[in-house]
Amino acid sequence: MTFTIPRELEAELDELATRYPQKRSASLMFLHALQERFGYVSKEAVEWTAAKLGVQPIHVWELVTFYPMFRQEPAGRHQLKVCRTLSCALGGSHKLYRHFCDRLGLDPNKHGLQTTKDGKFSVEFVECLASCGTAPVMMRNEEFHEGVSCEQADALLARCS
Amino acid sequence: MSTATAANTETKPPAPAVETVRVKVDGRVVDVPRTLPDWQGKPQPTTMLQACAIAGAEVPHYCYHPKLPIAGNCRMCLVEFGTPMMGPDRKPVLSEDGSPKIARSVLPYEPGTPRGAIACATPISPGMEIYPSSPATKQMREAVLESLLINHPLDCPICDQAGECKLQEYSVEHGQAESRFAEVKVHKPKQVDLGPRIMLDDERCVLCTRCIRFSRDVAQDDALGIVNRGSHNSIAAFPGRQFDNNYTLNTVDICPVGALTSKDFRFRMRVWFLKETRSVCASCATGCNILISSREESVYRYEPRQNDAVNACWMCDSGRLNYKWIGREDRLLNVRSSRSGARAWAAVVAEIAETLRSAPQGSVAVIASARQSTEELYLLKKLAAHLGALTDSVERLGEGDGFLVNADRNPNTNGARMTGICFTEVGIQIPKIAQGIRSGRIHTLIVFGEDVTRHGIDSETLSKVSTLIVSDILPNETTRRAHFLLPGCAYAEKRGTFVNAKGRLQRFLKAVEPRGEARPEWEFLQELVHQVTGENLGPGFEALFNRMAKDVPALASAGVEWGKVGDLGAPLTL
Ligand code: SF4
Ligand code: FES
Ligand code: FES
Repeated sequence: MTFTIPRELEAELDELATRYPQKRSASLMFLHALQERFGYVSKEAVEWTAAKLGVQPIHVWELVTFYPMFRQEPAGRHQLKVCRTLSCALGGSHKLYRHFCDRLGLDPNKHGLQTTKDGKFSVEFVECLASCGTAPVMMRNEEFHEGVSCEQADALLARCS
Repeated sequence: MSTATAANTETKPPAPAVETVRVKVDGRVVDVPRTLPDWQGKPQPTTMLQACAIAGAEVPHYCYHPKLPIAGNCRMCLVEFGTPMMGPDRKPVLSEDGSPKIARSVLPYEPGTPRGAIACATPISPGMEIYPSSPATKQMREAVLESLLINHPLDCPICDQAGECKLQEYSVEHGQAESRFAEVKVHKPKQVDLGPRIMLDDERCVLCTRCIRFSRDVAQDDALGIVNRGSHNSIAAFPGRQFDNNYTLNTVDICPVGALTSKDFRFRMRVWFLKETRSVCASCATGCNILISSREESVYRYEPRQNDAVNACWMCDSGRLNYKWIGREDRLLNVRSSRSGARAWAAVVAEIAETLRSAPQGSVAVIASARQSTEELYLLKKLAAHLGALTDSVERLGEGDGFLVNADRNPNTNGARMTGICFTEVGIQIPKIAQGIRSGRIHTLIVFGEDVTRHGIDSETLSKVSTLIVSDILPNETTRRAHFLLPGCAYAEKRGTFVNAKGRLQRFLKAVEPRGEARPEWEFLQELVHQVTGENLGPGFEALFNRMAKDVPALASAGVEWGKVGDLGAPLTL
């Protein structure tokens, strides 16, 4: 797969790089933008970024592997992010997470993001989503869900197409 | 490891008085230079680690390397220290006996607990006291070591680094007999194929980043990095990219543990069985200083040997791996004369001497490789001068890399020039020699270490020579046609010197015995010169060298003697 980047995104990123005294400092901004556009950060995206910022690909790769928020594989169409920080953990987020995994045939004991074979769903634990009072809290893509019970979770899954 | 104090045999003008700083190391007063050269040779404030080294106290360290930029990441070099107390008047506070009071450095929030500083990156200051053997220092070392070993696999029995591993060494001194770690160790990638010559075991890595800094700053190939997070941190190259520059094997040398291993050497020999011989790499005119590791007459590896005037601590991979030919199965093993059928050195040398004595002036030519030692070239030149022979050498050009690899792939072109075997322009006499053979004027050709059929004397021309005297190590077209064949030695099998591209005379010593009947060329040339010219340039090697040193102007003016050349060589003015 050859990596092509839309002209307008490239222009946007080129401009972004000029805002830093050292181009390299724009690395994270590039990676965020590329993940937002392509759903994940591919090796090609890393090489493209490195060439743009005048560093070796390994040094962009260091960042991609360091931050859990960067995905090296495409995620499912519906990304389910379950909060596991204290309030939510106490409020049942582990039960919720397990429920999703069971329903979707994923391994609840596995670390990190998991995606169903059909590419429809991804499930992962995340840290505090800043709504601790309404635990357990989760997000489906950009949409926020509070006080999610297992029934509500099933209803949510059913709504996803 | 010698840091800043490596002996240098170069005669320098008396050094200007060095500005010194007085510090105490474990209670002993030492005056150390205020600055010392950093990894690039630029003067930088002297560090606690260097001051301790000067005082004879080695501070254990992993990430610090005198020829790399300082990283300060391993914390192994932590030491307790103190500085003179200052009063509000900025004057030192004195104790009753009049000596300055020392404020030991402590944790700001816990004044009872000593705070160390990393010796590799902390500059000294006047009056500073460093305590490399205090109980607090010891405790810090033990803590650092324990934390480094938490996830280490402890697979020393099968590790190539065993015996030359800093982790093992420091564990003996500062480690604990028992592990307090009851949890499960983190597993990391093993047998990572980093590049064509390098295998990586990430579990053994202590993340000192020496390999990263070497590749980035010395080899100029910013290929390595640390991926993943926390205890999963691993050294890696970008997926799909090979770590394959021509200097990768240096990372194996500087890796303080067994994480980076040489594919060529791994599992071939336990290092404590190896004998080390000081030598010089012969793959180009740079002449990197090396150690040859051998056991039972087999060479197992080359490693760079520090010489700041030549190669610092490094050498290229191609030179390092260019040793296998020494043990090749098809080495020339037997001396022979196809004229008389003689098969003994004395008889063959005598027969050659006889032939040469009766050769008319100008009927002989000599082509001697610039891979031969200076002593051998000198002897050949002696012979040639007596016989009125044209002489030359063969040029061997490649591409230089601007770092260590020289475009001249002969190790001793300057030796050949200096002894008069060839001119500045190597090989310009060869067409004349070929012409002389074709015209019948030259009928005896002496060839040392070259296949002349590939260098200007084609087989047809060569067949016109009535006496072909050849010495070589491996068979080729020229050796096959020789009337007299004299099996010679690899340089690892004899003593000698090369003069590198910068005019530095460097010696190499014998690591292994010659194969079969092969003898050092200087030895039988000495006999031959004696028999042909009546001049005895011996006895033995040292006498020969010292005689040459008087005879050859460039050596005479430098006043060299075998006993004085030293391990780091001697600069000549050519
Ligand atoms: S591989 Fe060796 S040199 Fe590189 S960081 Fe690890 S321990 Fe240091
Ligand atoms: S702990 Fe879950 S939103 Fe804060
Ligand atoms: S040697 Fe590693 S921190 Fe000093």
